[in-house]
Amino acid sequence: MNKVDIVIVGGGPAGLAAAVAAYDDGAKSILILERDEQLGGILNQCIHNGFGLHTFKEELTGPEYADRFIRQVSERKIPFLLNTMVMEISPDRVVTAMNREDGMFQIKAKAVILAMGCRERPRGALNIPGYRPAGIFSAGTAQRLVNIEGYMPGKEVVILGSGDIGLIMARRMTLEGAKVKLVAELMPYSGGLKRNIVQCLDDFDIPLRLSHTVVDIEGKEHITAVTIAEVGADCKPIKGTEERYTCDTLLLSCGLIPENELSTAAGVALSPVTGGPVVNESLETNIEGVFACGNVLHVHDLVDFVSEEAAKAGVTASRFARGERSADSGREIAVKTEGGVRYTVPVTVRPDHVEENLTIRFRVGDVYKDSYVSVYFDDTRVRHQKKRILAPGEMEQVVILKKQLDEIPDLKTITVKIEP
Amino acid sequence: MYDIIILGAGVIGCAVARELSKYNAKILVLEKNEDVCSGTSKANSGIVHSGYDAHNGTLKARFNIEGNRMMGDVCNELDVPFDRIGSLTVCTDEKNISDLEALKERGEKNGVEGLTILSREDLLKVEPHIGDEVVAALYAPTAGVICPFKLTIAFAENAAVNGTEFRFDTEVKKVYCDNGIWHVVTDDEEYTAAVVVNAAGVYADVFHNMVSEKKLRITPRRGDYILLDRAVGGFVNHTIFQLPTKLGKGVLVTPTVHGNTIVGPTAVDMDDKECTATSAGGIDSVIEKSALSVKNLPIRQVITSFAGLRAHEDGGDFILGEPDDAPGFFDCAGIESPGLTASPAIGVYIADLIQKKYSLSEKADFIAQRKDILNPSTLSLEERNELIKREPAYGTIICRCESVTEGEILDAIRRPVGARSLDGVKRRTRAGMGRCQAGFCSPKVMEILRRELDIDLTQVTKSGGKSTIVNARTKDGDSNE
Repeated sequence: MNKVDIVIVGGGPAGLAAAVAAYDDGAKSILILERDEQLGGILNQCIHNGFGLHTFKEELTGPEYADRFIRQVSERKIPFLLNTMVMEISPDRVVTAMNREDGMFQIKAKAVILAMGCRERPRGALNIPGYRPAGIFSAGTAQRLVNIEGYMPGKEVVILGSGDIGLIMARRMTLEGAKVKLVAELMPYSGGLKRNIVQCLDDFDIPLRLSHTVVDIEGKEHITAVTIAEVGADCKPIKGTEERYTCDTLLLSCGLIPENELSTAAGVALSPVTGGPVVNESLETNIEGVFACGNVLHVHDLVDFVSEEAAKAGVTASRFARGERSADSGREIAVKTEGGVRYTVPVTVRPDHVEENLTIRFRVGDVYKDSYVSVYFDDTRVRHQKKRILAPGEMEQVVILKKQLDEIPDLKTITVKIEP
Repeated sequence: MYDIIILGAGVIGCAVARELSKYNAKILVLEKNEDVCSGTSKANSGIVHSGYDAHNGTLKARFNIEGNRMMGDVCNELDVPFDRIGSLTVCTDEKNISDLEALKERGEKNGVEGLTILSREDLLKVEPHIGDEVVAALYAPTAGVICPFKLTIAFAENAAVNGTEFRFDTEVKKVYCDNGIWHVVTDDEEYTAAVVVNAAGVYADVFHNMVSEKKLRITPRRGDYILLDRAVGGFVNHTIFQLPTKLGKGVLVTPTVHGNTIVGPTAVDMDDKECTATSAGGIDSVIEKSALSVKNLPIRQVITSFAGLRAHEDGGDFILGEPDDAPGFFDCAGIESPGLTASPAIGVYIADLIQKKYSLSEKADFIAQRKDILNPSTLSLEERNELIKREPAYGTIICRCESVTEGEILDAIRRPVGARSLDGVKRRTRAGMGRCQAGFCSPKVMEILRRELDIDLTQVTKSGGKSTIVNARTKDGDSNE
């Protein structure tokens, strides 16, 4: 069996950044396994701009952003296999993979980095009643058909869900000559970034109907129309508010689900909130030597933060593979959420393993205006930062310095909460 | 001129075709959809019933029992996934235990073997998620789960290998008899045959009524289902029915033969024979009713919902054989539950009637065995690598949710009565049937279909007809080549 220090499952933005960081930390035996025919992951179909503002201080397209990292990987001559599907990861880090050339093979890894990304919630999971005709796509599938295959799904489009891919596709389909009639969003707020609502909907006069959903789909062979209706506070349709729209395409952008089937089979514990692995400050899962980063860990809205997070996983995996472990006093702090914070990554912190600082990423469950993001060390508030707006569609973060943690040796709990 | 024309390529039409293909006869199957298994046969519970439910003396009872007994051998011969997991019919009220006993008695009279009544205590040992109100259940060990697509497809493939012709996208408009010759009129052709078999599902009354004065009326009775991810496999271990009460027949919760969990169906009589649209009320009611049988059903793991139409005839029983006033016209009408279970027995019964009446001779070279599409995950690592070396397409995963390789998809398209659409590939290989519901694999399967069928991508369909998936190139699409 081949032996490799670090196997990275997925060659998208997370896998690439993790590989580069691990290499720069000194790991030289790395292998990236990518299921698609090229590196870059989903960025390859994200041909719009807006990537890299944080990382490179310039606006790049998805493929350009990916290319920056692919170059770094090739400069470092980090090995990768394309068209290669990982079939299984065992708890003792034997990775089974398969491709046309090598058949099915196994690799024993000292450390594994999970970077498989996420998938879209399909129509079936949304329990939308009606027929099941052709012409219904998750927004990302339509994006691939348009941007990679070069084909249009249709001319008259309704979009359900205001996730970022749906918003981006509203603009993309419009630019390709389609009529996007509306974007319906079940929640009273958008699931996407504010800038995408402005640039992709407002600029093209595409209406966003909050608190609306699709209640019927017509057309037995191909979709011909949908009925949308307003929903009440319970998210149930309100009778009498139905409106019918003819269309030949329905795009769904109703949430992303971290793709953790491999992780689960390996024994990795998942958070019921994010659907991603439960990790500590080193982005290590409950399975020793198995790390996670990017959208497989929790769904991000900006790739820049994926790269940053993945670099962290790359470094911690590299150190683990080297057998380098900082002296561990066994101290462990729980990170808790309160008042509107849905989750945090990480959920446990071992202060001995925190370097200069600790980034805690989180999302809120509702829209909060002129509120404060507070951090409590046990019962003491150590941070109280005003935010003009907090929205579920935008990931937030707080940074805690290592020395703050060191000042309180018996610290048990860090709590992140939103306060009025 | 054909000897026999079969109307409909559902599980009954295909089972009859397969049995008739044992004899020297020129057989044609006409199907209005683009593939076999496109109507009721594709949208049902996938259950092989034990046979306690049908009333004593009915055709449903007889063919249920016969079909159930045949199913193991048929599935071995045709390489169809079938698992005799047993069924439990749960009762939630002490007062109704006598009804459970009556069911047991009815089943025993029908010839069902091994029926026993289990106490709540016994049930909890085998079904830990059983509902709190369940007091007892009727256990039927001979019940099972089957892949309804694979059974239909296997019958069709085997019939085709043995010389049966299939014509798809062919809607029959008229059937009439002239001088003892049957004429079957479609949009663009008129076929003739000595015998017509009417296996037209919800449309069987339409064709029957064209040729007989003894009218039938089939009401499409819609049933909504929800399907859960394989990740919750093992939530239940048996098919769990509910004891019918004054409030209705209840819903079933069962593992499928592929390890998903299925819940349903509702029962709503429709006017429209094409109305397979689910309804919000139907899905809600399925979820609500399932709570009587099992608790904490993981609703968040629902990956799809669908509706099927039962072909319910007013008389309530199967109608099999020649009407008095239409010799040579063989009905298989009113085939609702337990039709899937009964299909092998109905196939033999109808084929026997025809064989005897027309003295058909047996084919010397009939091929009884059929091998399903190879599933590489059943191979050892060495065998799998040998396969990939020989056929590299088996090294490429196309559907990641169900781990389906390109090799399997090519086989599905290339074999007799092969797949010609995304749904055709899905029913044969499970590509697109998993948790992402074809989000990732559909562009790849579309490309394979385009290549294999030598058509344009704009002609690739989800399920034939107007169900195209893309309709034009993008503005600069041509330069993407």
